[in-house]
Amino acid sequence: MTTDALLDLRDVSVSFDGFRAINNLSLRLAPGEMRAIIGPNGAGKTTMMDIITGKTRPDTGTVSFRGHDLTRLDEPAIAELGIGRKFQKPTVFEALSVWDNLLLALKGLRRPHKLLFARLSSSEVQRIEALLATIRLAPESTRPAGGLSHGQKQWLEIGMLLAQEPDLLLVDEPVAGMTDAETAATADLLRDINRSRSVVVVEHDMDFVRALDVTVTVLHEGTVLAEGDLDTVSADPRVIEVYLGR
Amino acid sequence: MSTDFSFRSARWTALAVVVLAVVLAFASLLPQSSALSVSPFVVTLCGKYLSYALLALAVDLVWGFAGILTLGHAAFFALGAYGMGMYLTREIGARGVYGNPDLPDFMVFLSWHRLPWYWWGSNHFAISLALMLGVPAVLAGLFGWLAFRSRVSGVYLSIITQALTYALMLAFFQNGMGFGGNNGLTGFKDVLGFDLTAPGTRATLLALTGLILGAVLMGARFLMGGRYGRLLVAVRDTESRTRFLAYRPEQIKLLVWVVSALIAALGGALYVLQIGIVNPGEFAPANSIEAVIWVAVGGRGTLTGAVIGAVLVNLGKTLFTAILPEFWLYGLGALFLATTLFLPHGVMGLLRHVPRKREEEVTPEITNPEGSNA
Amino acid sequence: MRKALLALAFCTALACQPAYAQEAPALPPAAPSVAAPVQTPADAYTDMASTHFDAIIRGVERLGRSGEARALAALQALEAHKLLAGNDTVYIRTDTGLVDARTGQNAPADLTGLHPVRLNNRVRQTLASARAELLLAQGTQAERRDALAQIQAHPDAAMLPVLDKALADPSNKSLAGSLNAARAAILLSPGAQPVALSEQLAAVAAIKAQGGLAAKSLLSRAATLVPLAPQTREAAGKAVASIDFRLKLWGYGQDLFYGVSLSSVLLLSAMGLAITFGVMGVINMAHGELMMVGAYTTFMVERLVAAYIPALAPFSLILALPVAFVVSGGLGILIERSVIRFLYGRPLETLLASWGVSLILQQAIRSVFGPTNVAVTTPGWLGGSFALGGLEITTVRLAIFLFAIAVMAALTLVLKRTPLGLHMRAVTQNRRMAALMGIRTARVDALTFGLGSGIAGLAGVAVSQIDNVSPNLGQGYIIDSFLVVVFGGVGNLWGSLAAALALGIGGKGLEPLIGAVSGKILLLVLVILFIQRHPRGMFPMRGRGIES
Repeated sequence: MTTDALLDLRDVSVSFDGFRAINNLSLRLAPGEMRAIIGPNGAGKTTMMDIITGKTRPDTGTVSFRGHDLTRLDEPAIAELGIGRKFQKPTVFEALSVWDNLLLALKGLRRPHKLLFARLSSSEVQRIEALLATIRLAPESTRPAGGLSHGQKQWLEIGMLLAQEPDLLLVDEPVAGMTDAETAATADLLRDINRSRSVVVVEHDMDFVRALDVTVTVLHEGTVLAEGDLDTVSADPRVIEVYLGR
Repeated sequence: MSTDFSFRSARWTALAVVVLAVVLAFASLLPQSSALSVSPFVVTLCGKYLSYALLALAVDLVWGFAGILTLGHAAFFALGAYGMGMYLTREIGARGVYGNPDLPDFMVFLSWHRLPWYWWGSNHFAISLALMLGVPAVLAGLFGWLAFRSRVSGVYLSIITQALTYALMLAFFQNGMGFGGNNGLTGFKDVLGFDLTAPGTRATLLALTGLILGAVLMGARFLMGGRYGRLLVAVRDTESRTRFLAYRPEQIKLLVWVVSALIAALGGALYVLQIGIVNPGEFAPANSIEAVIWVAVGGRGTLTGAVIGAVLVNLGKTLFTAILPEFWLYGLGALFLATTLFLPHGVMGLLRHVPRKREEEVTPEITNPEGSNA
Repeated sequence: MRKALLALAFCTALACQPAYAQEAPALPPAAPSVAAPVQTPADAYTDMASTHFDAIIRGVERLGRSGEARALAALQALEAHKLLAGNDTVYIRTDTGLVDARTGQNAPADLTGLHPVRLNNRVRQTLASARAELLLAQGTQAERRDALAQIQAHPDAAMLPVLDKALADPSNKSLAGSLNAARAAILLSPGAQPVALSEQLAAVAAIKAQGGLAAKSLLSRAATLVPLAPQTREAAGKAVASIDFRLKLWGYGQDLFYGVSLSSVLLLSAMGLAITFGVMGVINMAHGELMMVGAYTTFMVERLVAAYIPALAPFSLILALPVAFVVSGGLGILIERSVIRFLYGRPLETLLASWGVSLILQQAIRSVFGPTNVAVTTPGWLGGSFALGGLEITTVRLAIFLFAIAVMAALTLVLKRTPLGLHMRAVTQNRRMAALMGIRTARVDALTFGLGSGIAGLAGVAVSQIDNVSPNLGQGYIIDSFLVVVFGGVGNLWGSLAAALALGIGGKGLEPLIGAVSGKILLLVLVILFIQRHPRGMFPMRGRGIES
């Protein structure tokens, strides 16, 4: 196992009912790196995230994160290791207020018996307030999350991700349903986050990917088709064929 | 349903319950001639309602907050009741029909010669208390651990909770189980040396039940009003999401499940003290479902609603069965329909919506809280 | 074959007739006015006219051996207390008057002083043997078989020659097995003369081949009979063990039959749920009450048919099937349209609301029909039972088993081959897409629910034949049915079948080991544990009810 990689997927394959969703996929992410992952629908982007976060077990291959074998761990254990995930469809606790959503996401108490009597500490209040400012939802803090707009939910979920203080963020389509201004702001936010954490972003929006200005991995039919900066991969004839040939 | 975690009403309800129980208890001690005197019948009835309210509160914790529709909570209630019943049976001592100082009447009748091992310690109140709460808690722990670990949820969970209480009912109906079979346990004389039929004892028990209910209500308010309550709601609505936040929903649910079983058992123990009989009918699946409708009528996930619902529905049952016994089942059936169809937030929903509509826009509905993890 | 034998018997009887007719005039005419001065060489009939038991017994024995055609009638009359004695002869009392047992002629009308021929246990015993002997000589095939069974049940050494004679008769070829068994029974019985060892062993083998409880008791007695050779006794003991083993196997078979029978009831009650819960994802707690409605419909149909078209009374059960399907199905559609459809996507609320419906239905039935059981009769053609090898098959249970299979087959056809089935599956798999393709999903919902409810009604008809029809009927089935559906895997009819078989046979299999209730409890616990390990049941399937 190489120590210099933060996340290392090697020859990972998984099939569902005979359909090979991931096919000999290998991917390495250096500490502090931000990586954009693009690829047509069904390329296996979300399945790859499922494998990393423990939702899906690979049939073959290894997945390691800072030397831990992720294929042996379940979702909470992987989250505890410092991998946070934002879902493609924003998934927040709709019945809870924005504030409560962030509170539950805060790194810290997880054991049920400790949670039973947990009371809000002043440091927690500060952290939440800082997060609210970051994701620009301070005015909405007491509103139920279910009442937020789609874009606001995306931001709230990113906020929850930050509250977890993970080393690696897996961000699935963060700008879907956002206005151009919001998209740009999100790109700024992710770059800002990347200063202290590693990030994997899955996105369709090419302008957004361009704005991130990072290494791009192109997935196709469950395997890596090309890797490099955006200009290089978009000049790759195989990539062009995959995108235009459909 | 957006949950209001301040539970403002719970404090007032707890206070009202305690005050009412104490006042009624005192009033029952007044001479019969007094205009304010309360009959023993009313005292027993109120004791019953308050014990049921504990069961309702237990159901509300798991259903209202954790989204587990339990159809078997009467099992924990009945186990608590049997635990107390065993102690009270031993207290009878040699005053039974057969005058056997060591064996309860029904065992003499079955010509048993010694007490079964699981009756051990039932003559000590402290040990009995530990058992009457501990046994349901352990059963709930085992059941919940198995169920939540395998992610059994939604209606599947409901069906197996129902099967659990059904199996227990069948078991307790058997004479060989050593719990009095069909007749259950009854004919109690006294508790801790106090005569159970004495007005003073009865008044004390009512006041005690009120105090305990008030305390449990406040305790539940503390737990549910804090981070744990919020987490339960998060688990209820979007269980899978909480896993990615490094929570273990099975542990979180298990904890509330066990706490809830404890509360139900406490209710059962207080119930048998005041009603004076416990039989296997208490395990009937219908009882568990009825307890759910108390909560639904009062308003699920509000704590106060559970207490109000339990008292209202049982008051209605008492009145109905006294005046129009034939129509009680129609009434109860209609109540099930009306609550689910027209009153999804129960009585509390009606009360809450009036004053709060101005300060806050209408909260969005989550149409399918169970569907997300069913 | 049977006809030929009958003809043969008839000829024999005819052949006897002249001989007897010749003999008869030789007897002194029975003149009432003349007392018989001398004891005429008494024949069987005069013997029987005696007041002494010994004489009567002798008469019965002689009649049995005589092989006369009329002898059987006389013996049967004696058994039925219809034989009267007087004037040294006996008369048979018939509906029209007295008949001389000897001649078959009508007796003179002015007979007086007759007394019934007396019977005691010894007479009865002799009577049974004599009758068997006669039947063996002149009865039909079936009668001969019965007679042999009779001889075997009461082995009497005196019958040995009779049996030997019958064995020699070529017309008894097909009865050889029974004859040998009867003969063996006599040889192994306490009063028998000791015979050669090989014959004793052959006797043991013959009885052993027969099997059954009677053979077992005969052999276990023979195993201790001192007059028999030690080898014979040992062989008898071994034969008892072997019969025991066979009986045990049949016993398992019987348990299996009971288990399958219980399974078919479970399957019937669960099939409707497999539709409403499995296909639609609706928890219908009123399912048991829809069964109850089906059972009460059976009761009503039976009453109406008996009142208005009594000729059809034996078939009212069959008439009840479509009626119950329509009544319960219609009620189901009503429930779906008025309650369930407002609660789609909220399974737990649906559960509570349908529980409310079940309470109302129970109380409604109680108000109309009263709280006690109503009597639904089982038609004659479904009553009783028959033996199949060592099994006792109750006809009604067999019918319910066949009915369950028929309903399952019909349901599979409906789901797989009809437009409704196609639409149901389409709506299950993708409601929105189905709606876009022009399927009226609301109508499909109603019909699906109606179909499930109608099947509950059919189950109710079946259950009315084996269970108490009372307002509580539904409560007894609801938990079991849900367990069957969940255990088998929701949305999977074959899974339900497997689960019903497992629960039914498992339940009945546990019954002899730990008792019915404990068996049921154990099974419940096992199913609970199973579901906790495999939340999707034995055969998980995709469907709206289990979408994650």
